[in-house]
Amino acid sequence: MGVATERKTWVGQALPRLEDAALLRGEGRFLDDLDPVKNAGHAAILRSQLAHARITRLDPSAALEHPGVIGVLTGEDVAAMSRPFPVGVEAAPPYRAAAHEVARYAGEPLAVVVAKDRYVAEDALELIEVEYGPLDPVMDADAGAVVSDRSFRYGDPEAALARADLVVRERFRSPRWSCTPVECYAVVADWNAAAGSLTAWANFQGPFTLHSVAAGALGLTGSKLRLITPPDSGGSFGIKATVYVYVVLMGLASRKLGVPVRWIEDRLEHLLGSSAATERLTEVEAGFSADGELLALRYDVVEDVGAYIRAPEPATLYRMHGSLSGAYRVRNVATRNRVVLTNRCPTGLNRGFGGPQLYFALERTLAIAAGRLGVDPAELARRNLVRARDFPYRTPSGGLYDSGDYEACLDRALELARYEERRREQADARAEGRLVGIGLACIVEPSISNMGYITLAQTSAERMQALPKSGNAEAATVAINALGGITVQVGTTPQGQGHATVAAQVAADALGVDPGVIEVVTALDTSTSAWTVASGNYSSRFSGVGAGAVHKAATRLAAKLRAIAAAELGCTADEVDLHDGKAHANGGNVSLRRLAGVAHWNPDALPPGIEPGLHETAFDAAPNLAPPDEDDRVASSAAHGFIVDVAVVEVDRETGQVAVLDYVTVHDAGTLLNPLIVDGQVRGGFAHGAAAALFERIVYDQDGNLLTGSFVDYLCPTAPDLPAVTIGHLSTPSPFTTLGAKGLGEGNTMSAPAVLANAVADALGIEGVEIPLTPARVWELLANGGTHGSPVGPLLPEDKAP
Amino acid sequence: MGLREIELRVNDRRVRETVEPRLLLSDFLRHTLGLTGTHVGCEHGVCGACTVRLDGDSVRSCLLLAVQADGSAVETVEGLARGRELHPLQRAFHEEHALQCGFCTPGILMAAADLLERDGTPSRETIVDMLSGHLCRCTGYEPIVEAIAKVANR
Amino acid sequence: MKPAPFAYERPETIEEALAVLAVHGDEAKVLAGGQSLVPMLNMRLLRPSVVVDVNRVPGLDGLRADNGEIRVGALVRQAAFGGSRLVRERLPLAASCVPYVGHFVTRNRGTVGGSIAHADVSAELPLALLVQGGSAVVASTRGRREIPAEELFLTHFTTALAPDELLVETVWPASEPETRTAWVELAQRRGDYALAMVACTLRVEGGLVAEARIGLGSVVDRPSLVPEAAEALVRRGVDAAPEAAVLAARSVEPYDNLHASARYQRHLVRVLVERAVRQAWA
Repeated sequence: MGVATERKTWVGQALPRLEDAALLRGEGRFLDDLDPVKNAGHAAILRSQLAHARITRLDPSAALEHPGVIGVLTGEDVAAMSRPFPVGVEAAPPYRAAAHEVARYAGEPLAVVVAKDRYVAEDALELIEVEYGPLDPVMDADAGAVVSDRSFRYGDPEAALARADLVVRERFRSPRWSCTPVECYAVVADWNAAAGSLTAWANFQGPFTLHSVAAGALGLTGSKLRLITPPDSGGSFGIKATVYVYVVLMGLASRKLGVPVRWIEDRLEHLLGSSAATERLTEVEAGFSADGELLALRYDVVEDVGAYIRAPEPATLYRMHGSLSGAYRVRNVATRNRVVLTNRCPTGLNRGFGGPQLYFALERTLAIAAGRLGVDPAELARRNLVRARDFPYRTPSGGLYDSGDYEACLDRALELARYEERRREQADARAEGRLVGIGLACIVEPSISNMGYITLAQTSAERMQALPKSGNAEAATVAINALGGITVQVGTTPQGQGHATVAAQVAADALGVDPGVIEVVTALDTSTSAWTVASGNYSSRFSGVGAGAVHKAATRLAAKLRAIAAAELGCTADEVDLHDGKAHANGGNVSLRRLAGVAHWNPDALPPGIEPGLHETAFDAAPNLAPPDEDDRVASSAAHGFIVDVAVVEVDRETGQVAVLDYVTVHDAGTLLNPLIVDGQVRGGFAHGAAAALFERIVYDQDGNLLTGSFVDYLCPTAPDLPAVTIGHLSTPSPFTTLGAKGLGEGNTMSAPAVLANAVADALGIEGVEIPLTPARVWELLANGGTHGSPVGPLLPEDKAP
Repeated sequence: MGLREIELRVNDRRVRETVEPRLLLSDFLRHTLGLTGTHVGCEHGVCGACTVRLDGDSVRSCLLLAVQADGSAVETVEGLARGRELHPLQRAFHEEHALQCGFCTPGILMAAADLLERDGTPSRETIVDMLSGHLCRCTGYEPIVEAIAKVANR
Repeated sequence: MKPAPFAYERPETIEEALAVLAVHGDEAKVLAGGQSLVPMLNMRLLRPSVVVDVNRVPGLDGLRADNGEIRVGALVRQAAFGGSRLVRERLPLAASCVPYVGHFVTRNRGTVGGSIAHADVSAELPLALLVQGGSAVVASTRGRREIPAEELFLTHFTTALAPDELLVETVWPASEPETRTAWVELAQRRGDYALAMVACTLRVEGGLVAEARIGLGSVVDRPSLVPEAAEALVRRGVDAAPEAAVLAARSVEPYDNLHASARYQRHLVRVLVERAVRQAWA
């Protein structure tokens, strides 16, 4: 194709972002900055004060009389006007956008007041009379009602455990926490009575399977729910997947009251009633041979999804299914997955999405095993890592790891971390009585989720009865208008990941132009954009299928341009090369603008077989993502990156404070489309992972009240609180994605909690550590005894018993 | 209850409006004046997204009533650039990839501008300390520190 | 979260301010820096009928030395207080605590008087005033009075101010030149409310500790001195630091809270008092 010249591609360059100028000037267009429809009323939500109660009375009459109030939507209205949200598991209480007779978590919506502004709406909220009949709340995952219980078995774990020389059997807890984006949920809903349709704007991040769920609840066919995302979104990290519930709630309010309704969530609401990562209790049974070979893994998982199973749950539990064996060659794996309900806010996507929970259990197990075997943890990992020659590697549970060189990654991480030297320093420090620890983790980071993995929540027989689910495809459109202006649209709804810049780089390479001339639209309108049920920004899918779709569409368009140029230049299409904004051949050239002119203004002159217009839509489908098979195996993700992290910490014996002296992370994410953006995503993923490891936990009391209800008590780290991180890269391109890129950005959220827990456990010489590793919690571990030498300085006698 | 007329300068333009006393300055800027560059993240003064400058001092606009700005000069992020030309901080943020979603960015720019005017050469420690009042969930902060340090060291 | 409706008064003189407070009493809330009040208004934890904005009242933002004392107007901003050369030279303990008070931006607006009157036991300035041996001058239509710090702070968020009184000035005895100070606190994040907070001053004469003051915040229900710990240091010098630390730890009765158990808080007192004494001495 075209003249072969050595030309630098835009893909792979650390191009500063096209998105920045507007955002830096304060000209971003986040949903609350926009007024997409006039005369919207402003909504405030009445939320349950109790975690579990019958709503015996709800009387809005005083609120309705309040000046400035347009109307009230009650839970009773919601029950009458909507169906329960469809969900992948049957045996659970029906879930609607507001509670009617029973409230099941503190913060559950009971009613919506719509008024002329938010101030008045909040005034009116206080006038609604509510009576509760308290019921006992269940606040412990161990005591939660079991609504799904599925077991999976691959190979022969029982036999392998029986012959193991060492069996590690431990229980781990990953607590509930949230990525808390700085921008909260926002919805503007406009019911069109004549058309029986809803147009809703929301800072929704996908997956667009949830569009169907919302439409189902509203009793609408998909085309009657027009969902539009704004140009900018202030972070999501998974949390804004479940804003669809509020799209339904505000849609119903708009329908009942006959006005558009605008709802801008505030921070207290966000912490109380938006979403969170699941709390997971994992019992691991791991069998090892004496020389450290991991022979079998058995998991027993209790996954707390909150008060209701809210779609897409129990996806958190199944997202990692293909990676149950992690980075290791073990062939005998089993898991029992129980989904339980407690009286807390329903859960959903949160950065890492199942990975932090899985790897905390798995990587802590490996570290504990290393200790008991008397083997260095890096060596134990090395003995078990999937080998470079084994790729593509099929895991026992059906995962297909595309490419990797795990051992090279481990070597690089150990080198960057100066591991040997650090171990020597640690020995010296210990001799002085200082608590220095080193922790490590090896993480397979999956990306581009198989939309079928969720059906593992059903049995194979049940799956036979229904339409199978599979795959992950994205759509992109590349168009050139009559003046030669290039527009790219892609359905990946970013919230800061730089999709517009990377899409421009990809399209620029195909079309031979500068990325700066390309307009990229990442806002999505389900009525007018090209999209799929898989569209959205989750499971780090953009660099795989998002960029892939842009590449395909742009490549098709380029082929068309070459065909038109060939006619202009008197050569064959193959001889035409696109670069510098022109089509070149035969010593001559013609500008893209002219080619566009031909296509638009003079379609009669087009070569035979070439349609008028310059507008290509392409779908990129990730390969190998078949539905789960009858043995419950599934390739749950299309691409797999790999990360090795090494951390060095010192614990203050007197206060329990954890100082992270060094943190190294080496990444293999295949082909890097924009290294500047890549490092930004790695840093962000690490910041969230370190936050979960050291600071953040959502806490309820035994009565079900949320104790971490504001930013005064839910502590997110700021600049002085986070350790520096050293980033290294390795690259084994994916053979499965269009550009060889693997997704990234979630990996360190998956690894950091395990790595830092491993380091603190190593420092204290104990096996039982729990996150978050706050000073108070670490000190309690010290005070309860068990460390190298004596614990924390002598306790007062009255403080010895916990 | 008791509307008040206020007159102030916002980004060097004279503004006169009638407001309820309880109207927060953040809402006044965003919704009365349409200056949506200032963002709201918590409404209790912790996240820093709403930071603007009042008579030169960086302040939390969510913790000020619009009526309190009567007679004062308010600067928001929209006033940082001079026409097409970006403020050095804005340029540095762009070069260092110090923003991703951009939601926390205006508040940090205003506080950093204040800091650099008080102390032309702040140490890295001072910059990091100033940032303790700002929540960013995207960048991990290091690029933000680099960007501000870059301007400080020019 | 938006405030409930209120009437807004913006007195232009001290007399006007006092008159408003006299009329409305505890239905009114004084708005100075707003960094503590406005979050509570936004969360509707407070619903005063009247908010009295005293920011325009003249004469309340002075900072001057007066006969061995530093007089700080109630409206002096925390940033100005911390940056004042007078404060840094004559009130080293207070100067050393300001970097822990909130954050760079909140210190531009938050006031010294406001923080003292708000009496959050996890705040630095009330403890600093107590350890420094200072007092608060409060005014009402009934006159003025000066309340020593030991009598000012009653319990959480509660001072001895009557509902119609306005704090107008704090008075801080200047430290003797041979005073050594230390401020030690432990918070989970920079600028957070501390889990435990210790302020220590040592007046040194002829290489000995002539006078000591040790104060505690956060783990108590009001800023508190530990005289027995101070006495130990005066009796036996800095070598008594561990003993003083134990006395301090035994003097508090904290409650388990969301972030720290009672025994951890007590232990922290012990660790931080010892660190503070050694740091002050060094």
